[in-house]
Amino acid sequence: MTPFDMIPLQWAWGIVLYWLLLGGASLLARHVSGLVTDLIFPLSALGALVMALVGGSALILPVSHFILPIGLPDLPFHLRLDALSGFFLLLLGSAAFGVTVYAMGYFRSMADDQVGLLALWFNLFLAGMALVLLADDAYAFMVAWEVMALSSYFLVTTDHQIPDIRRAGFLYLLIAHVGAVSLLLCFGVLQGGHGAYTFDYMRLAEMTPFWASVAFLLALFGFGAKAGLVPMHVWLPEAHPAAPSPVSALMSGIMLKTAIYGLLRITFDLLNLQIGWWGTLALGLGLLTALYGVIFAAVQSDMKRLLAWSSIENIGIIVAAFGLTLIFYTDGKGGLAALSMTALLYHALNHAFFKSLLFIGTGSVLHATHERRMGHLGGLMRYMPWTAWLTLVGALAIAGLPPLNGFISEWLLLQAFLLTPGLSQPYLNMVIPVAAAAVALAAALAAYVMVKFFGIIFLGQPRDPALHQAREASWPERLGMLWLAAGCVLLGLLPVQVTAALAPVVRLLTGQTLVNDGSWLVLAPVSAERASYAPLIFFAVVAVVLLLTFVWVRKVYHGRIRRADPWDCGYLEQDARMQDTAEGFGQPIRQIFEAFMRVERERPDPFDRKPRYSSASLDQIWFVLYEPIARLASWVSDKVGRLQHGRIQWYLIYSFATLIFLLVFVTR
Amino acid sequence: MTTGILLQIAQTLAAILLAPLLMGWVNQCRAWLQGRSAPPISQPYRTLRKLFQKDAVIAHNASPLFRFAPYMVFACMALAAGIVPTIANDLPFSPAADAIALVGVFALARVFLALAAMDIGTSFGSLGARREMLVAFLAEPALLMVFFTASLISQSTELPVIVQTLAHKEFVIYPSMAFAAVAFWMISVAENARIPVDNPTTHLELTMIHEAMILEYSARHLALIEWAVALKLFTYSALGIALFLPWGIAPQGDLSALPLAVLVLLLKMLLGGTVLSFMEAISAKVRLFRAPEFLGTAFLLGVLGMLIHFLLEV
Repeated sequence: MTPFDMIPLQWAWGIVLYWLLLGGASLLARHVSGLVTDLIFPLSALGALVMALVGGSALILPVSHFILPIGLPDLPFHLRLDALSGFFLLLLGSAAFGVTVYAMGYFRSMADDQVGLLALWFNLFLAGMALVLLADDAYAFMVAWEVMALSSYFLVTTDHQIPDIRRAGFLYLLIAHVGAVSLLLCFGVLQGGHGAYTFDYMRLAEMTPFWASVAFLLALFGFGAKAGLVPMHVWLPEAHPAAPSPVSALMSGIMLKTAIYGLLRITFDLLNLQIGWWGTLALGLGLLTALYGVIFAAVQSDMKRLLAWSSIENIGIIVAAFGLTLIFYTDGKGGLAALSMTALLYHALNHAFFKSLLFIGTGSVLHATHERRMGHLGGLMRYMPWTAWLTLVGALAIAGLPPLNGFISEWLLLQAFLLTPGLSQPYLNMVIPVAAAAVALAAALAAYVMVKFFGIIFLGQPRDPALHQAREASWPERLGMLWLAAGCVLLGLLPVQVTAALAPVVRLLTGQTLVNDGSWLVLAPVSAERASYAPLIFFAVVAVVLLLTFVWVRKVYHGRIRRADPWDCGYLEQDARMQDTAEGFGQPIRQIFEAFMRVERERPDPFDRKPRYSSASLDQIWFVLYEPIARLASWVSDKVGRLQHGRIQWYLIYSFATLIFLLVFVTR
Repeated sequence: MTTGILLQIAQTLAAILLAPLLMGWVNQCRAWLQGRSAPPISQPYRTLRKLFQKDAVIAHNASPLFRFAPYMVFACMALAAGIVPTIANDLPFSPAADAIALVGVFALARVFLALAAMDIGTSFGSLGARREMLVAFLAEPALLMVFFTASLISQSTELPVIVQTLAHKEFVIYPSMAFAAVAFWMISVAENARIPVDNPTTHLELTMIHEAMILEYSARHLALIEWAVALKLFTYSALGIALFLPWGIAPQGDLSALPLAVLVLLLKMLLGGTVLSFMEAISAKVRLFRAPEFLGTAFLLGVLGMLIHFLLEV
């Protein structure tokens, strides 16, 4: 290894350190008014940009190692940068750059004292996520994982005066730690009995299929809890809306991907055998998550909660792609595994861009209106055109519409499904068409959700008179959104270049790469006869037809316009309350899928002077799975509580009994 | 290559120009079946001309999105009409978008129309948008399933390749394609806002879906949307023909087959229009919440078609 090869890793580690230092500096800077937003956040953003470059360079440079002499004696941090880490660092850096630039404008209205503290956690969070991606031993990984979890907990509870937010934060912390325990156990299994916790040793460990499966299931549970896989998703719709919008963007856009990174790292890199039914399990869980997430997204009336549920859907699609990759990989279909792996990575990158964009878009709306309930918004496109148009890009992208980026990953995934005939297990050949149908259904429902999201918030008439005073977002906010929207467009228009850049990661994980049979313009996985897609041509044709039609109408006819009131159907007045509310727009979906929900309706009394009707569609899993567990836990603690009498002699007896027991246990 | 490009442009233009004719034919047939005296077959052209000449009346609070959407919808439909093989199979633009991307184009047009419908903020607009998305979320995956069945048979999602494969295996009968054909029929009825899912001639608030969305449009914007609707019907008919009756489409590099291909296409379209109006005349519009059941059936048939392909044909 030449010293030159070490440069990306040293830079990456340097930026982690830089973020840690910036976090410390922000504690000092909070005493000077405006210093944190005008200096610390721009500097963090700069770090993110460099991190994106480092990650990008790691895609082509060879693997580099580095041992960091900190931590416990004889237990230094091992760091390693390969193509997989590089890809996720690229994702982290490029999405975090937009969000951090946005944060400069967003947090300006916050009190200096509070924003200083927030910047500390913000930078720690970035550093923690980067360190998770760089860690090369279980110890460093778990430390970074905890830094990430704790700093994000403090970010979620920024507004800790509100009881609901404290509750959301607690739920998040709880599930994060249940997941972390599972990961600890997973690493315990992975070290295979020789007590060395570096990833290098784990790669060498020989596993029986049983223990490998145990390790995989623990990893799926642990990372699934972080990523929001059903049924461990309950924290996500609570914690994401509670956090300030840039933090929601980081958590949803990037933090969920660190869990995907971990899943890939353990399954394809650390474990040296993979078993087919893991793939079927992951595919099933992923599809369940995708459908469950999108159905609930359609019935939400809080805009950030809607986006949180939509994140669950996207994680579901990513995990389904993961399962499909495993199925192909274990069946010896390397080329197909490469195809679905490319779809997986592409979708992870896409989701980082469009979900961050949508979350910060809601942040600007929140700033301008102080309102999260969609039923009180509306018509904001006229007051906030920048925010509206940029959010529209994100909404179209996440709805999977061409020529934007969301379409490409779904297209690749559907292609992978279509290529399945010829799998060695016949039952898989039957399962996979049904799985393809489920993916198609989830994608179509996502369009429903996004029409609802954008239409209710930005279109129509303002549902509240106060909205007429809504102001456009500040310049740093617009720049942050512009960066992410540009990412959505470019990732959508240049799929050939992006898939080529992903090739080293795909080769590292599946041993093969996706062959592009087209040209620089036409994406044709497998062969040009089979399938191809050229977004640039697509875009050009639509644009040309659009322009020609426009010019033709103007030249041959005219462009005259008269303004009038909208047609009022003969009613006396037409006001904003006659539009669909968020609940109204989601009502058909609620009616069709009511079996999955617990709908709580509040109907007005016939004699009510001011009748109010409200309904909430609640997550059935919470009542079926979590409430019994919570009741059990509280029952057990009640029983255990009886041991506590507050009398010293009892406690002395307890200690004595424990000592006796331990003596017997040890000497036996 | 040059002939290919010329052919491509000619085919797209032909689709754009002929689409209102098909609409006129369907309307005429329907009037006959209902015992009314029919408007002339050129009536849609006259309506378009009249609309283009009028001044556009737009609500005070309409945003630029509202004025942009008709052009977008029209451009999407033109692209869709361009990539479906109607008369020739030699289409140089077809690598730009395959069958899955075609579904994406339809979705793009639909989302823009739904957003524009919500823009003014009247009760009808959002009602129409909601219902349209309700129909779409089942129709779109069902359409994908139909394409999947066809592409599993032909090992490709490229429309020209699918047509080529299906047209040259005339003696093989695919049971899966029978399911797909029924599903496709149901989807086209729903997607083109025809009875029994929607009624293109109604303006009753209880029943309308598509018409509710475009209630605020007038003049040239309405003309573009009406034209796009005709184009969509034309494209769906062309798709149905390409998938289930592909015989007669001119194969690659065979220019002499073109005149025959045009003739065959016109005949098939006339036949398709007649069947469509006949089916409309004998069925009644279903209640709105029956529509998901109707489309759910289509979706199920599509999935069954795929499963049957795996069971019987692999």
